[in-house]
Amino acid sequence: MKYITEYRNKDLSHKIADRINNLLNGYKGKISLMEVCGTHTHAIFRSGIMSLLSDKIEHLSGPGCPVCVTPNKYIDTAIAYSRLGDTIITTFGDMIKVPGSTSSLEKEKASGSKVRIIYSPLESLEIAKKNPEKKIVFLGVGFETTAPLVASTILSAKDENIKNFFVLSGHKLIPPAMTALLESKEIKIDGFICPGHVSAIIGEGPYRPIVKKYGIPSVIIGFEPLDLLEGIEMLTKQITQRKKPSVENQYKRVVRSEGNKKALTLIDKVFDVKDSPWRGLGLLLKSGLSIKKAYAKFDAEKNIECEIEKTKEHPECICGKVLMGTKKPYDCKLYSKTCTPEHPIGPCMVSSEGTCAAYYKFKKE
Amino acid sequence: MCLAIPMKLIKIEGDKGEVELSGVKKEVSLTLLKEVEIGDYLIIHAGFAIEKLNEEEAKKTLAIWEEIGNL
Repeated sequence: MKYITEYRNKDLSHKIADRINNLLNGYKGKISLMEVCGTHTHAIFRSGIMSLLSDKIEHLSGPGCPVCVTPNKYIDTAIAYSRLGDTIITTFGDMIKVPGSTSSLEKEKASGSKVRIIYSPLESLEIAKKNPEKKIVFLGVGFETTAPLVASTILSAKDENIKNFFVLSGHKLIPPAMTALLESKEIKIDGFICPGHVSAIIGEGPYRPIVKKYGIPSVIIGFEPLDLLEGIEMLTKQITQRKKPSVENQYKRVVRSEGNKKALTLIDKVFDVKDSPWRGLGLLLKSGLSIKKAYAKFDAEKNIECEIEKTKEHPECICGKVLMGTKKPYDCKLYSKTCTPEHPIGPCMVSSEGTCAAYYKFKKE
Repeated sequence: MCLAIPMKLIKIEGDKGEVELSGVKKEVSLTLLKEVEIGDYLIIHAGFAIEKLNEEEAKKTLAIWEEIGNL
């Protein structure tokens, strides 16, 4: 497979790992590297690269799983919409199993609600055309990588004059979450593994003020084992050689310095930046996206009324702390006992990008 | 959510394209990209091509690794 297998060379992986370990040989103390992308979490575990690296590197998973950082209230709202009778909920697969306060979309579906798993948001428009008597509510969850797709879908709905398509926007932005983690001072972060595909959209620019203010080296990294190792080497160099912290881009074959301008224009056209609640991190300023007034007729919250149950959290689930990187999945009483991918209690165990799911799948502790 | 695997563009029809990887074909939206050509490798996310793989940069990275491999 072109542009895939070349990035998985085992011998070379060992060589780069040795170079990283050599950098750390004379270094006193540990370095903590955090990734803020759920796909990185799984790629790091799946590749097994950490087993090649010095135990002076501590790997932390941050709030990079969109489903996981979506608070219960959003899920409760989606559940309330699904109960209305004249709606069809369309969603990416991960959301369906996520427990809300008392139910999940999966349970609602079993009780007769119409919930459809889709691969592309555009499928919602086809469903809308085939079911003119129904209101189609798409669950817009995801970071900067997903927001332009949803913006494009809303513009298509407008062009095609589709009147029964709505989006419940729960989109969130990654740089404000990185800032919030650093501001909280609850966790020591020496370097950020910046998300490859969020960066494909936003470019290098949004990380620069964070690096400047907090002095944390940040490297945009791809997803193959050699990408990860090369990126970790770049971070380790910045940290151990006490270079001036900067934003570097290991994933230049996909991420342009300026990002994808067309995608960014679409986000700006359809969405406004707003304060947004995150599981684990709380309400973060300017960290979410809401649908602009000009496209309000596609905004589920402005067009469909429903009663949302009182939000409550599972008292023992520590998903919020796992997302902050302050606790590991195995610190949770529920982990792998009552909470498993088959019967998840918290979202971090549900999502294919969740940290608990990664630990469980790859049997880490 | 993000599939990191580049797929080759084999057909373009307006804003839509068909991509292929190891015999698996998929229709994708091309609305987020400026210019694409048949033969480009695209990064696909939830039915949309979000970026075109820059083959020159890919080759540069591979050349650096080849040097490390030869050390």
